[in-house]
Amino acid sequence: MSIEDPIPRFAQFKLVLLGESAVGKSSIVHRFVKDSFDDLRESTIGAAFLTQTIKLANDTTVKFEIWDTAGQERYKSLAPMYYRNANCAVVVYDITQLASLERAKNWIKELQRQANADITIALTGNKLDLEAEREVSTGEAQQYAIDNGLLFCEVSAKTGDGIRDVFYRIAEQLPVEEQIRSTMSRSKPRINLNKPSTNTDQGCAC
Amino acid sequence: MDENYDVIVLGTGLTECVLSGLLSVEGKKVLHIDRQDFYGGESASLNLTQVYNKFAPTRKPDQSLGKDRDWCVDLIPKFLMASGELTNILVHTDVTRYVEFKQVTGSYVYRDGKIAKVPANEMEALKSPLMGIFEKRRMKKFLEFVAAYKEDEASTHAGFDFDKNTATEVFYKYGLESGTKDFIGHAMALWSKDDYLQEPFRQTYDRLTLYFDSMKKFGGGKSPYLYPLYGLGELPQGFARLSAIYGGTYMLDTPIDEILYEGEGEDKKFAGVVTKEGTARAPIVIADPTYFPDRVSKTGERVIRAMCILDHPIANTAESDSLQIIIPQNQVGRKNDIYIAVVSSAHNVCAKGHYLAIISTVCETDRPHIELDPAFKVIGQTKDVLMGISELYQPLDSGSKNGIYISKSYDPSSHFETTTDDIKDIYTRVTGKPLVLQKRATAEEEEALAAN
Repeated sequence: MSIEDPIPRFAQFKLVLLGESAVGKSSIVHRFVKDSFDDLRESTIGAAFLTQTIKLANDTTVKFEIWDTAGQERYKSLAPMYYRNANCAVVVYDITQLASLERAKNWIKELQRQANADITIALTGNKLDLEAEREVSTGEAQQYAIDNGLLFCEVSAKTGDGIRDVFYRIAEQLPVEEQIRSTMSRSKPRINLNKPSTNTDQGCAC
Repeated sequence: MDENYDVIVLGTGLTECVLSGLLSVEGKKVLHIDRQDFYGGESASLNLTQVYNKFAPTRKPDQSLGKDRDWCVDLIPKFLMASGELTNILVHTDVTRYVEFKQVTGSYVYRDGKIAKVPANEMEALKSPLMGIFEKRRMKKFLEFVAAYKEDEASTHAGFDFDKNTATEVFYKYGLESGTKDFIGHAMALWSKDDYLQEPFRQTYDRLTLYFDSMKKFGGGKSPYLYPLYGLGELPQGFARLSAIYGGTYMLDTPIDEILYEGEGEDKKFAGVVTKEGTARAPIVIADPTYFPDRVSKTGERVIRAMCILDHPIANTAESDSLQIIIPQNQVGRKNDIYIAVVSSAHNVCAKGHYLAIISTVCETDRPHIELDPAFKVIGQTKDVLMGISELYQPLDSGSKNGIYISKSYDPSSHFETTTDDIKDIYTRVTGKPLVLQKRATAEEEEALAAN
């Protein structure tokens, strides 16, 4: 250890998942976070709050705080809270369901309406393992992504194909340096409800 | 979606969302519906367009107020007591991971035409401009008595039995002036009327203890109140998310086409609802009063609320970014206190450089807007004012016979303690057991668990 050891460089970002029910939003996250896949995965229960860190070059750690829709997308009942302060979004469609791409486009419009203007969006086609049943051509989805300034990936949560890529490519687009600077300078006026003050004296007014 | 549920919840107000969250965590299958396309019902926070549409449909917000999204205007102005029951529920359910809080900077009280900070403790009482020099000492003695009181040590009781002696009797012993009683009773014990003076001191003691515990909870001695970033509407959203995480199904923008019953007359029971999505069945429904207008009655109280947009802090408050001002009824010749809740862009509820002051009180005349005059004098010049009057409702019966459990309207009190009483009461009626909060793992604990 030397004195010049750099301070750990750490940045945290909120990532939201969007897409029609059953396109595999949770499976993608499970593959990314736990490197596992469950064929019979029911809709998301109890899986509250997933985080995953990835290491970038120059000793930088990026932590994703991942928000799953928890089923609130089914009847279009996502709360403004869901989009609030989201830095990035993975919008998922199923390459074997043409209609799911149309729904993904609607979610992207919703994001442009509700989220920060500088949000990074990755349009992600899932179920690449079902190539034989493909209904959405790569070209069509890719062109839409280019036209709208989105990242574009095709993945398989089942085999793990392309999953890591989605998150690394998002991380490359995120304002990591800015985030690190602002965390270092940010005062913390907010309080942690789980940690009451240990200062038991009555406090004087001085 | 023709399906069966354990409980159907109608309306996404705070009461309904907390219950939905608690029941989902316990494994109940919950369907939660709101006829409106936003969360929060009567306890929502609205953006500029929504709030003008609701209260001043013929006017448009001024351009200088900035973007729609920058505004979250609370329909019901309240603060959380730092040691209160809602804070407790938030911590136990770990809904705190979705909502960030800030301490409210100041707690002020109106006396003799001016406002001054409510003393946080006996030391501050000695410096307070609210009282003359001798009164300060009497006040200090009273506060020391309250702080030292221990239930099982008779020597600390100063000869009082809190279940028998009234607040008036206790105040009398310490020789407190009526103006001092006003701010103890109204700005610390947070009574909104004077009925408490003739009641046993016990409840006033409990309320003072809650006030002082809340004051100490997060240090700083600023105020006993907390407020969520982005407004109170975050609270129902946070509990709705908790419910959804545990399997609750959410349908907004879904009016109820028909309520289904089974049985006749005395035995008529709730059975389900029909919506555009189909029929959903459940033996139990929890709803806000607007879903069952023929099963509620008016409490007789009407509350007037004035949402005032300011571009300056309130004078004589050290430019506080947030505060509560209580105008005790006696000070302005009324029967009910007037409350002013002030929040600002520091809480991401309005555009930069702006402040929101929400004035509220129980109407006592048929010209209630005139009743708010003393409060308008305190807050100074306004950019715009939007006013609304709400009628308060309560359920006609307990719901245990017909499976229809209806919440009460949000009352004019300045905090959520009565709301949490209603939540706990409905919970007990629905489940047949008192609410015992189970500690849910925090985000950090979940992460540590997942790493193993």
